[in-house]
Amino acid sequence: MPNELAIEATGLRKRYGRKLALDGLSLEVRRGEAFGLLGPNGAGKSTCLKLLLGLARPTAGTARLLGRPAGDVEARRRVGFLPEHFHFYDWLSGAELLELHGRLYGMEAGQLRRRVPELLERVGLETQGKKPLREYSKGMQQRVGLAQALLHEPELVFLDEPTSGLDPLGRRLVRDVIREQRARGAAVFLNSHLLGEVEVSCDRVAFVRAGRILATRDLHAQPAGAVRVRVRAAGAPAGFWQRYGAAPAADSAPAREVELAGEGEIPKLARALVEAGAAVYEITPVAASLEEEFLRVIGPEAAEGAGA
Amino acid sequence: MRSLSLIAATTMREAARRKLVALAAAVGGAFLLLYGLAWDLAMRSPHNIVHAPNRAFERQGEGLFVLMGLYAANLLVATVAILAASDTLSGEIANGAMQTIVSKPVPRRVVILGKWLGFVALLTAFQGAILGGVMGIAYGFTGYAPPHIAAGCGLMWMEMTLLLTVTLLWGTRLPTLANGVLSLGLFGMAFLGGWIEQIGALTHHPKAVNVGIVASLIMPSEALWRRAAFEMQSPLMTALNLGPFVSASVPSGAMIAYAGLYTAAALGLAVFAFSRRDL
Ligand SMILES: Nc1ncnc2c1ncn2[C@@H]1O[C@H](COP(=O)(O)OP(=O)(O)OP(=O)(O)O)[C@@H](O)[C@H]1O
Ligand SMILES: [Mg+2]
Repeated sequence: MPNELAIEATGLRKRYGRKLALDGLSLEVRRGEAFGLLGPNGAGKSTCLKLLLGLARPTAGTARLLGRPAGDVEARRRVGFLPEHFHFYDWLSGAELLELHGRLYGMEAGQLRRRVPELLERVGLETQGKKPLREYSKGMQQRVGLAQALLHEPELVFLDEPTSGLDPLGRRLVRDVIREQRARGAAVFLNSHLLGEVEVSCDRVAFVRAGRILATRDLHAQPAGAVRVRVRAAGAPAGFWQRYGAAPAADSAPAREVELAGEGEIPKLARALVEAGAAVYEITPVAASLEEEFLRVIGPEAAEGAGA
Repeated sequence: MRSLSLIAATTMREAARRKLVALAAAVGGAFLLLYGLAWDLAMRSPHNIVHAPNRAFERQGEGLFVLMGLYAANLLVATVAILAASDTLSGEIANGAMQTIVSKPVPRRVVILGKWLGFVALLTAFQGAILGGVMGIAYGFTGYAPPHIAAGCGLMWMEMTLLLTVTLLWGTRLPTLANGVLSLGLFGMAFLGGWIEQIGALTHHPKAVNVGIVASLIMPSEALWRRAAFEMQSPLMTALNLGPFVSASVPSGAMIAYAGLYTAAALGLAVFAFSRRDL
């Protein structure tokens, strides 16, 4: 019976000397889910990955990957990882690097002959495979790093700031790759502080600061409670908007944003507008952008870094 | 098992790709050339130790000349072992390459043991070529071969392995440069300690002998060389207790066993330290 959770972390704590990098972090990621960890520099995102992958030992707390204790060799067999600063033996060529990693995953020679060119092509390096890594640009290294993480079709992929150093095409590549992984049924764990990137790629995000998760948000769920809507309508009586707290506009069909108590209020607003004799051009719920939420949850003071 | 040989092979491939092998071959070649030249000059000079009044004395001169070559060769191998191994772990830990390796389904002990095996193989080949070259050259000129070649070379191999292992051990915790300095420093201390012991024994200063023994306990590399020299010197020199490399105070069998245990313990400790550290 396969465990439904790809990652299960409870109370992870990591102390580096006097610095508490993680302060009781708990999270769950389901299989097949794309999960984003958002937070300012020094929040503990990379530390969290290191503990999950067994690169560092937690001071306290436990974690399981794909149903096995984190740090267990078997737990890593079906996991791919792109580190924050991908750097590898520069005396290997791109193709040799992938072969070496494939063999470390335990892949067979036949499999590798198929997968290595496939992945080089996927990350746009099909013509660079024979070149030694020391001649790769930063972005090209990042791309091989990405390929290396996907080689064995893992069930869980960790990407620590995968777009760093990538050009716009590369960033798009990362987005597409994440989508493909999810389509394959793999879970993706993405560390980032690029909100837009996370917004398009993830199902769920958690906000971390000072080693703690402050909030989690399901990016697909309809927001409960108050909603903001954008309304464009012309010809409503002068007093109409006052009820919604919006100022009268000079324009004939201006866009206004109004806040409603809940989703159920949207049709009521539409009806009220029509009954008041207005011409309605648009009523659109506006999701609070991740950026607004980030600033609200993390707070502007977070710019100074975690608990410093 | 597969991962172990993969990592060992990768270590050797790295040495080849980064021109370490070519460089070692060049240095070793130059060394042997020089040694050959020395023999050639010695054989031609009328006033040389290798031309003694009778055959028995001549043999002593030849034996001494071979030991001299082995002594220099052994120093060269020891230095190369320390320098070659001092960057391997710390360098990869510092630049992050290790993170990608260690996050694969390979236990850390396999990673470090694979590297160790790779280096042992490379350095054994290097050492074999140099020691073989020294003795081969001498044999070619004179037909002289030192006694107990297997034991002597085995002891020198133990010394190389010991230095390599200790350097790897420090590499699990120290940055490259600090590791190189520390390992070379320990080696140098053992070397000095060995000479102090030697001189102390010749001049009957038991305190000096003890200093040497303590140095050997801290780092038994020089004790292994001195035992090797003792094995490979000619029986007459042994009987007369003569010669600069020898062994007024010969390291005991217990010291050799201690050196072996020391190496094994260093390897175990390296595996332990590497398995536990944060990367
Ligand atoms: N090896 C280490 N030794 C000491 N402190 C460390 C170590 N690694 C991380 N830290 C500290 O732990 C905190 C969290 O670091 P971490 O790298 O996890 O942050 P992050 O969220 O990934 O930041 P960024 O967005 O900059 O990558 C930081 O304050 C950092 O200084
Ligand atoms: Mg980070």
